[in-house]
Amino acid sequence: MVNLRNFKQFIVDTIGLMAHGSRLYYAWVGFLLLLIAVGGVAYANQLHNGLIVTNMRDQVSWGFYIGNFTFLVGVAAASIMLVIPAYVYDWGPIKEITILGEMLAVTALIMCLGFVMVDIGRPDRFWHIMPLVGHLNWPQSMLAWDVIVLNLYLLLNWFVVTYLLFSSYLEKHYNKKIVLPLVLLSIPMAVSIHTVTAYLYNGLAARPFWNSAILAPRFLASAFCSGPAVLLILLQVLRKTTRLKITDEAIFKIAELMAYTMGFNLFLTAAESFKELYSGTEHMVYFQYLLFGLEKNGVHYNTLVPFAWASIITGFVAFLLFLIPKTRTNWTTLNIGCVLIYTSVYIEKGMGLIIPGLTPDALGEIFVYRPSFTEIAVAAGIFSLGALVFTIMLKAAVPMMLGEFTISKGRKAADAVPENEPIQA
Amino acid sequence: MTDLKPMHSHEGSVDSGSCDSRREFLGTAVAAVAVALTGCGKLSKEEFLQHNFRELSKDEIQTIIARLEAEYKEKFHKTVKVGNEAAMPGVIFGYALDLSRCIGCRRCVHACVKENNQSRDPEIQWIRVLEMEKEEGVNIQHAEQYYNPDEVPREGHFYMPVQCQQCKKPPCVKVCPVGATWREKDGIVVVDYNWCIGCRYCMAACPYGARHFNWGEPHIKDADVNPDTHYLGNRPRPKGVVEKCTFCIQRTRKGLYPACVEICPTGSRKFGNLLDAKSEIRQVLESKRVFKLKEDLNTQPNFFYFYGV
Amino acid sequence: MNTAPIRFAGLTLLLLAMPSFAHEPSKKGEPVAQEGIQVPKPPFSEGVFPCTACHDGKQLKVNTQRRELAMHSEIELKHGPDSRWCLDCHDANSRDNLHLASGEKVEFTASFKLCGQCHGDKFRDWRVGVHGKRTGSWNGPKQYLLCVHCHDPHSPHFKPLKPMPPPTRPEDIKLRKGGAR
Repeated sequence: MVNLRNFKQFIVDTIGLMAHGSRLYYAWVGFLLLLIAVGGVAYANQLHNGLIVTNMRDQVSWGFYIGNFTFLVGVAAASIMLVIPAYVYDWGPIKEITILGEMLAVTALIMCLGFVMVDIGRPDRFWHIMPLVGHLNWPQSMLAWDVIVLNLYLLLNWFVVTYLLFSSYLEKHYNKKIVLPLVLLSIPMAVSIHTVTAYLYNGLAARPFWNSAILAPRFLASAFCSGPAVLLILLQVLRKTTRLKITDEAIFKIAELMAYTMGFNLFLTAAESFKELYSGTEHMVYFQYLLFGLEKNGVHYNTLVPFAWASIITGFVAFLLFLIPKTRTNWTTLNIGCVLIYTSVYIEKGMGLIIPGLTPDALGEIFVYRPSFTEIAVAAGIFSLGALVFTIMLKAAVPMMLGEFTISKGRKAADAVPENEPIQA
Repeated sequence: MTDLKPMHSHEGSVDSGSCDSRREFLGTAVAAVAVALTGCGKLSKEEFLQHNFRELSKDEIQTIIARLEAEYKEKFHKTVKVGNEAAMPGVIFGYALDLSRCIGCRRCVHACVKENNQSRDPEIQWIRVLEMEKEEGVNIQHAEQYYNPDEVPREGHFYMPVQCQQCKKPPCVKVCPVGATWREKDGIVVVDYNWCIGCRYCMAACPYGARHFNWGEPHIKDADVNPDTHYLGNRPRPKGVVEKCTFCIQRTRKGLYPACVEICPTGSRKFGNLLDAKSEIRQVLESKRVFKLKEDLNTQPNFFYFYGV
Repeated sequence: MNTAPIRFAGLTLLLLAMPSFAHEPSKKGEPVAQEGIQVPKPPFSEGVFPCTACHDGKQLKVNTQRRELAMHSEIELKHGPDSRWCLDCHDANSRDNLHLASGEKVEFTASFKLCGQCHGDKFRDWRVGVHGKRTGSWNGPKQYLLCVHCHDPHSPHFKPLKPMPPPTRPEDIKLRKGGAR
């Protein structure tokens, strides 16, 4: 029965599951906590001295933090790759594991929030952005839209995950009438979060590199082709270490869908490159900086070139690996492909999007930006925080999904050496 | 989450709807977090809770100004006046810069720094002078800001200072998520330094590189502080907020020329009321070859460049 | 010699020469701005004015022959065509004045009238404030300069200046040592 007492018990039990585990579990959590502490110390330094401890300056006023934020919004949007086949086409094998995608979305969104918080100059004024309490410049500012859609998407995913797990915990079947509309809603919402994030950049006439019509489609294509890569690897890990049933068929289907999105992503990239390089206007200078380097007043600026080509080549190779059925169904090449596409899109969203958009700057100056040690430490802390959140969510969710841990089952086991402990391979 | 009953509070008088004390408790708790988030800087509760300038009443503004003046006095060991002059009716400011006469001496840059209390270390300058070749014309990609010859103007070069263009359709105002920047009735685009959250979206949106950020705690020597300030203009700024040229709002709203206009040794800078047909700025617009920077972006600046000769 | 009456006369001439200032617009509700403009004295070199201290017509005879001068050798004349020389502007018989092409005498305090003869477009611009530096109020009294305050009449080409230092490069902007204050 769904009531407050049961829910309270659910929370207590969830925390109990999260707080206990094998040695490996503790070691992993400990490692993540250590990294989070490192990030925390770096962030404390940044709070005290200001953002001057980063390498961002007026000329390149957004950098590593916002690059990571953009990439992670894409990861959050990618969970719908699993939702679409599961609920729209009612495709069995994926349904059970869609919840993992949604948990990944929640994690990614928490990290997004983290990166925004560490990037703003006055985090003590975060309440200014809240509607009613502060002053949210909606609908004019795209950042205002982003605040709204990201938080709504977070709430939506968090609610669906909690509800599904709670139902499983109570040994009841979830109410389709509640879940299905929400999950279907999450499809346009996922599209919306990445579109709005793309519009953030797209709407700025001051930055011709971003002010291109296909920026939003490019964002979506790259999100859909890279986000699920994390899940593919995760699913393989989970089915080896837990009793979670994930068929080969499901994994290969996701990979096939990814192949098509990768192809589309490459096509859009080619379209963008063609427009800039063929028309050859002054706006080409940003693409030139990215792909070929620029020469100004006798100085050569080539910092981004190796990364740009690495991104293109890894993306292309991953596309081939995923497209060809033989390599797609081979676990080695599939996993290599996952790593490659993840790398490709990570580079593209950070170094390939933020930096060339701001270099050369509005007055033609070229400032070479590289993240400082503080930025890397803080980012590592936030990624570790995300990993920790995801780990503890999985720790609680997997036994519940498997039906091994419910309101009546498995409680004692959680105190002793748990039998639903991940099997050490 | 689902626990709707108020939890035990240390205040004691929380249970029934004693909203004020609960709000106060929450406010203090959040303020404590906020103080932590400033990196253990000084942050009073009043400053933390201060609202967007445009939403404040006259009394609230007076209180805030009194608080600021006290803070500045303590910080700089001198009396600093924070004014709040409103826009003069029937005035829209216009600015024109004579490209044929600017010699790139940068006296405007440094006069501005002195007048507007810009941080000396880390350095902030609201005006950037671009050196370009006469052969190329206005080509920003080939501009050089760090020129430092023995004498200016250099043979074959011309100079173009760039500062906030006080656009009629400012992209920075459009994108600010909290409405911390807006365009005043006299055309000046201002920033409420106590409301800005430092997200720097406006800096990405500005096509003229006119907005600058306080990456670190700004530093000015006490003796260098200009004590005649305006709340929306040249009062000393805190760390982590955006600032920019305000057409010397503390001077122009009292009828004076901006500091850059006064210091220019070649008389290249012209300023006045666009609505006054007899003003210098109108004379320029009506009789000279005038252009706007990056006009195709349709920001409709109130800052014009012209060729006097 | 008491130059005050001359200067006062000059200022009055200045006022008469500029009709635009007689119609100085006053803002609504504000007291009428102080009429007229304040112009600094002509930038004479030390001790050179009044010219009649030496050129009184007795010790130094008037000599309109174009030649290289014995005195005033520090002046390098680089103004216009080679055929121009001192007495084209300075009045031979009234050394404390300049003269226009018509022979009409002009005070040093109103030298702009002489400049304006040839440089009419600059003169028109200067009158309405488009040419030359002005300080003061955009809606009230201003301080102007004579042409000669910026342009040495003997060698008027604007002299290059030493530029003030360039901005700090962004890679050199670092955390301040020793804290913010």
